[in-house]
Amino acid sequence: MTDALPDNTGYVAAAYLVFFALVLIYVIIMAAKLQRFERELSELNDLADERLLADDRDSADDFEAVRR
Amino acid sequence: MLYGTRLRALAIATAVTLTAGFGLAFFYAPMDADQGFMQKIFYVHVPMAIVTLGGFVFAGIMAIKHLRTREAKYDLRAYVAIHLSLVLGAGVLITGSIWAKASWGHWWVWEEPTLVSYLVVFLLYATYQPLRFSIEDPERQARYASVFAVIAGAFVPLNFLAVRLAETYTHPRVFATSDGGLPAKMQFPFLVCLIGMAALFVTLWKYEMASKHTSSQLRSLRRKLAGDDAVAPQGRSAAPSLGTSS
Amino acid sequence: MKAAVDALLRKELRLELRAPQAVPAMALFSVTTLVVFHFALQRGQVEGDLASGVLWVTLLFAAMLGTSRLFVADHEEGGLDGFLLAPVDRTALLVAKALAMFAFLAIVELVAVPAFALLLLGPTPDASALAQLVLVLALADAGVAVTGTLVAALAVQTRARDLLVPLLALPLLMPVVIAAAKGTTPLLAAAGTGDVGARWLVILGLYDLVFGLIAYAVFDFLVED
Repeated sequence: MTDALPDNTGYVAAAYLVFFALVLIYVIIMAAKLQRFERELSELNDLADERLLADDRDSADDFEAVRR
Repeated sequence: MLYGTRLRALAIATAVTLTAGFGLAFFYAPMDADQGFMQKIFYVHVPMAIVTLGGFVFAGIMAIKHLRTREAKYDLRAYVAIHLSLVLGAGVLITGSIWAKASWGHWWVWEEPTLVSYLVVFLLYATYQPLRFSIEDPERQARYASVFAVIAGAFVPLNFLAVRLAETYTHPRVFATSDGGLPAKMQFPFLVCLIGMAALFVTLWKYEMASKHTSSQLRSLRRKLAGDDAVAPQGRSAAPSLGTSS
Repeated sequence: MKAAVDALLRKELRLELRAPQAVPAMALFSVTTLVVFHFALQRGQVEGDLASGVLWVTLLFAAMLGTSRLFVADHEEGGLDGFLLAPVDRTALLVAKALAMFAFLAIVELVAVPAFALLLLGPTPDASALAQLVLVLALADAGVAVTGTLVAALAVQTRARDLLVPLLALPLLMPVVIAAAKGTTPLLAAAGTGDVGARWLVILGLYDLVFGLIAYAVFDFLVED
């Protein structure tokens, strides 16, 4: 590399760093969203399980009632 | 439609291409005769600029489709494209400013017509989100936003032409290498960087589309499982919503 | 369609004549702005590129003032709904409003340009320079009128319309500012006036054409309901 290296390296590095910082910010935001999705999905999964359990219970009660 | 398909492969391709492109820029491309080492900023600044302008034009096309078909998905595509282009656009202006400081000593130069045109375009698209936010009715919001995206998309080339013609005779170009009179050994790394940057844009766009699609699906699922009360009302927002249909 | 445009245009002009709001305000604003420029620039006289700049900034900001009000009356008092019920091509409204805006700008310039010549302009332009100035004004006004009408229609339905109109319109009008300012610089020069460069007229004409076409294509989507 020529003599220009000491003067301008800082600027070139800064420019590329800005680019990488932007991409990294995107990755971080996406990660946060993914966390939220995972949490919400597991909540919904629990909700669905409860619903299934309630259905089973209901149908079991009906079965009991019919049996008696 | 699912937006996350082939996303991993795309992301890998992006990483490979960009790394290769930057590697070529630093180790294969020759040193610029006039500017020396700082010309290397060109390989990140210009591809970003080209890709974001392409993003704005893409948004305009999606907006036309939205106006024709009234399907919300086109509006969302335009919204995400403009949003992404604005974020990267800020990067274009910052890297352009750094380049100006390195080569001209000032953090901004009016003598570089493409940078000036870009600023005007950036300022225009920065009004997209406030415009959306100030219209409450979602259908009208989407429609007016699409009209804006079409007008702005058509404006971009006109603006570049006007600024270019205004500056050519008064001042020499600062970033002469961005003209296209590039030696072959510089053209190849530039091309690779451009492809990598475009791939990056598409990857991030798909990421965000998939994310928005997922959250609207989650909303719809929650509504189906827990009833309408469990879902918090959406309130005013600038972002288009997909609704439960798609 | 021509009949509709005629009717609408006549309505606009008559409304403004009966209850003058926009035009006097814009004219007064431009004269006041010239005084502000005197104090801000700390000069008694301007010429050349500085004169050109002062003139165009003044005219542009006065235009922004008028543009915000363009659709407000129709929107608030139901004129827009009435129009939508009529069996006419929607773009008649665009043409009528744009022509009205052009007329208003022309009237404002009849006040502002002489005021500018009186208050701040150093050299006195000769007849040919004046004629070319009128040409540039006409082309630029057409661009401002079309873009202004489009932006006004876009912004009238929003909550922050007074803020949005300048925010949207100014970037869109940048090519007009560039070409008009560069074009009028030689006309207002002190040492021997030159001619308007043809390229600036071409840019203005191109802008008017492109935005006219875009406005025509897109206006329907703004006024439907």
